[in-house]
Amino acid sequence: MSANPPRWSSEDFWKKVAIWVTAGSFVILIVLTFDTLSKTSVGGQRVRSYSVINQEIDYRFDDKQNRYAPVIGKDEPLFGKPLSEAEAETLVDLGKKTVQTKNCMNCHTLLGNGAYYAPDLTKAWLDPGWISAASRETLMLTFLKDPERNARTFGSGRVMPNLGLTDEEARGVVAFLKWMSAIDTNGFPHNFKTLNAQVQP
Amino acid sequence: MIYSVAALPHRIAGAFDALDSPHLNGGQQLAVKYFAVAVVLFLAQVLFGMLSGIQFVAPGFLHGILDFNVNRMVHINAMVVWLLYGFIGSIYWFLEDESGTEIAGLKWGNVAFYVLTAAVTVVVLVYLLIQTGPGKDASIWFINEGREYIEAPRWADIGIVAVMLVFFYNVAGTFMKGRWSGIAGVLTLDLVALAGLYVAGMFYLTNITADQYWWWWVIHLWVEATWEVLVGCIMAWSLMHLLGARRKIVQTWLYIEVALMFGSGILGLGHHYFWIGTPDYWFSIGGFFSALEPIPLVAMVVHSVYDAGVHNFRSRNHPALAWIIAHTFGNFLGAGVWGFMHTLPQINLYTHGTQWSASHGHLAFFGAYATINIAFFYLAAQKWRGDVWMGGDLPGNGWKWKWALALLNLGVMGMTVALLIAGYEQSFVERAVGGSTWEGYFAAQNQVWFKQAMHWRLLFGLVTTGGVVLLVWDLLTIGKGESRKAPTLSEAA
Ligand code: HEM
Ligand code: HEM
Ligand SMILES: [Fe+2]
Repeated sequence: MSANPPRWSSEDFWKKVAIWVTAGSFVILIVLTFDTLSKTSVGGQRVRSYSVINQEIDYRFDDKQNRYAPVIGKDEPLFGKPLSEAEAETLVDLGKKTVQTKNCMNCHTLLGNGAYYAPDLTKAWLDPGWISAASRETLMLTFLKDPERNARTFGSGRVMPNLGLTDEEARGVVAFLKWMSAIDTNGFPHNFKTLNAQVQP
Repeated sequence: MIYSVAALPHRIAGAFDALDSPHLNGGQQLAVKYFAVAVVLFLAQVLFGMLSGIQFVAPGFLHGILDFNVNRMVHINAMVVWLLYGFIGSIYWFLEDESGTEIAGLKWGNVAFYVLTAAVTVVVLVYLLIQTGPGKDASIWFINEGREYIEAPRWADIGIVAVMLVFFYNVAGTFMKGRWSGIAGVLTLDLVALAGLYVAGMFYLTNITADQYWWWWVIHLWVEATWEVLVGCIMAWSLMHLLGARRKIVQTWLYIEVALMFGSGILGLGHHYFWIGTPDYWFSIGGFFSALEPIPLVAMVVHSVYDAGVHNFRSRNHPALAWIIAHTFGNFLGAGVWGFMHTLPQINLYTHGTQWSASHGHLAFFGAYATINIAFFYLAAQKWRGDVWMGGDLPGNGWKWKWALALLNLGVMGMTVALLIAGYEQSFVERAVGGSTWEGYFAAQNQVWFKQAMHWRLLFGLVTTGGVVLLVWDLLTIGKGESRKAPTLSEAA
C-alpha cells in the first residue's frame, strides 16, 4: 500500500459516511412513519372505522387497481344489532385483546404474520368455509366456544384447542375478525374467493 | 421451609459463583454467568422446537397439555433471550480489554444478571403452567402479550428495560472511565438504539395495522439493523483478538458495514409493510432497500475471510475461528440469500406467511446469531481454563467440537431446505391455486410433499439437537487437563 492512502479508504471518511447515512435513513423513516400512521388511522380508507361491522363486507378484484380490494356494502349488522362507533370499538377491542391473550398468533397468521400451523385469519370472516352469510355468525361462535367438538380440520388432524373463551370474548373475536377483513391489504391474499363469490357467481 | 426459601437466592448465587475462575477479569466472570444461562436456554429452545415439530407430524401429541402455540412461544422466546444473553455476555467479555479499565459498576451488573434470570424463569413458568388468560389488560400485564417474539408480559418488559439500563450504564461508563475507540463508539450508540426499539413493542393497540407497524420496528430493526451492527462490533474485536488483525483496518471496515447495513436495513423495514394495511409506496421503498441488504453481508464475508487468509488461518482458538467463519457464511446465506429470495413484493405476495418465512427464519437466526455466540462460548472456555491451547492436535483430534459444528450446521441446513420445499408447495397449492382460503391452506398442508418435508424437518431437527448436546458436552470438557498454553499473537496495532 502507498504511504498516502486515498481519502475514500480512510477510517475518518467512512465514519462520517456511516453517521450521515444512518441519520438520513432514520429521518426518512420518521417522515414516512408519520405519513403511514395518518393514512392507517381507524376510520380512514385503508383501516375502516370499527362500526364497519354494521356493514356487509366483501373482497373482490378491482380492475382499476389491478388487485383484490375490500368492498363495503349494504347494512348487515353483526349479530343483527347495529352498534354505535363507541360500542363497536369496545367489542372489537375485546376481540383484539382476546386474540393476544389467548396467543392465537402462535398457531395462526394475522395479516400474514405469526405462525404457520393453522390458516391465515386476515380474511377469515369471508372464508367460504362458513357456507353462507346466514349461517356464518352462529358457526363462528359455536366453533370458537368449542373448537374441539366442532373441529374443521379438513382431514389434517390439527384440532384447535379449547381456549375457554367466554360468550362475550367469542363475540368480540368475531367482531374483530369482521373488522380486520375490511382492511385494505394491497391485494393480499391474492385470488381469494369469498363466501359471497360462491353463492352469487 | 421458610428458612430454605429465604436462603434460595443465596444458594443460587453460590451455584453461579462456582463458575468463577481465577483466570478471568471481572467482566469475564460476569460474562460466563450469562453464557451459562444462554446455553441452558439454547437446550430449551431445541427441546421445544422438537415438540412443535412433532406436532406438525402428529397433531394429537400433547394436545390440551402443551399446545402448539405454547411450545412455539417457548421455542422462539428461548431463542431471543439466549441470543441476548450471549450478546450481553460477549460484550462484558471484551469490555475491560477494549476499554483498558475495570467495569464501572460490576456489582450492579451482577445484581442485574440475577434479576433478569429470575424474571426469565418466572416468565417461562407462567408460559408453561398458566399459558393463556382472559381477554383483559391483566393478562397482558402478567401472563403473555400474544405478540410473536415479544410475548413477555408487560411487567417483564419493564424489568428488561431496567436491566438494559444497568447494562448500558456499565458499557458507556466503562468506556468513559477508560478509553474510547471506534468499536466503543459504534457499540454504545447501537445499544441505545437496540434498547430504545424495544420500547416500541411495549404498547397495546386495538388497530392491528398500527400494532404490526410498531411490532416490526422491534423485530426487523433488531435483526436487520441493530443486531447486525452489534455482531459487527463483536466481530471486529474478535478478528483482532483471534487473528491479530490491525485495529485501523478492522474499524474502517466496521464503519463501512454500519453505513451499508443501516443504509439498507432501516428503510428495508418496508418489506414488512406490503400487506398489513399500510400505503403501497412501501412496495418500492421496501423492495428496493431490502434488496440492497445482502451487500453488507457479502462485505462481511469478504472482510473476515480476507483477514483470516492474511493470517494464514492461524488462530489461537480453532473452534472459535471455525464458528466465526460459520457466522459470516451463515449470515450471508440465511439473511442475505434466503432473505433476498422472498423480499420483492411480486414474490412475497405468494410466500408471505408460509413455510418460506420459517425456512429463512431458521437459517438466518442460526447462521447470523447463534454461531457468533457459540464462538464466544469457546473463547470463554479457553480463558476459563487458564488460556490453554485450543489450536490443532487437541486430544481425540478435537472430534467433539468438530462433530458439534458439523451436526449443527447440517441439521439447520437440512431443516431449512425441508421448509423451503414445503414453502414452495404452499405458494403453489395454497396461494396460487387455492386462493388462500382455509380449504386451500389445508389442501397444501395435506399434500404429500408438504408432509414429507415435515418428516425431514423433524429428522434434521434431531440432528440439530444432537449437535447442541454434543456442543454442551464439549464446552464442559474442552481444555480439561490441558497443560499447553495458547500462543501469544503479535499485539494488534
Ligand atoms: C440476520 C438477519 C435476519 C434474521 C435473523 C431474519 C429473520 C427473519 C424471521 C424470523 C422472519 C419471520 C418473521 C415472522 O415470524 O413473521 C423474517 C421475515 C422476513 N425476512 Fe428476514 N431475517 C434477517 C435478514 C433478512 C434480510 C437481509 C432480508 C432481505 C434481503 C430479509 C427478508 C425477509 C422478508 C421479506 C421477510 C418476510 C417474510 C414474510 O413475508 O412472511 N430478512 N426474517
Ligand atoms: C431442534 C431443532 C428445531 C426444530 C425441530 C424447530 C422447529 C420449529 C417449528 C415447528 C417452528 C414453528 C414454525 C411454524 O410456525 O410453522 C419453529 C419456528 C422458529 N424457529 Fe425453530 N426449530 C429448531 C431449531 C431452531 C433453531 C436452532 C433456531 C435458530 C437459532 C430456530 C429458530 C426459529 C424461528 C426464528 C422460528 C420462527 C419462524 C417464523 O415465524 O417464520 N429454530 N421452529
Ligand atoms: Fe425484515
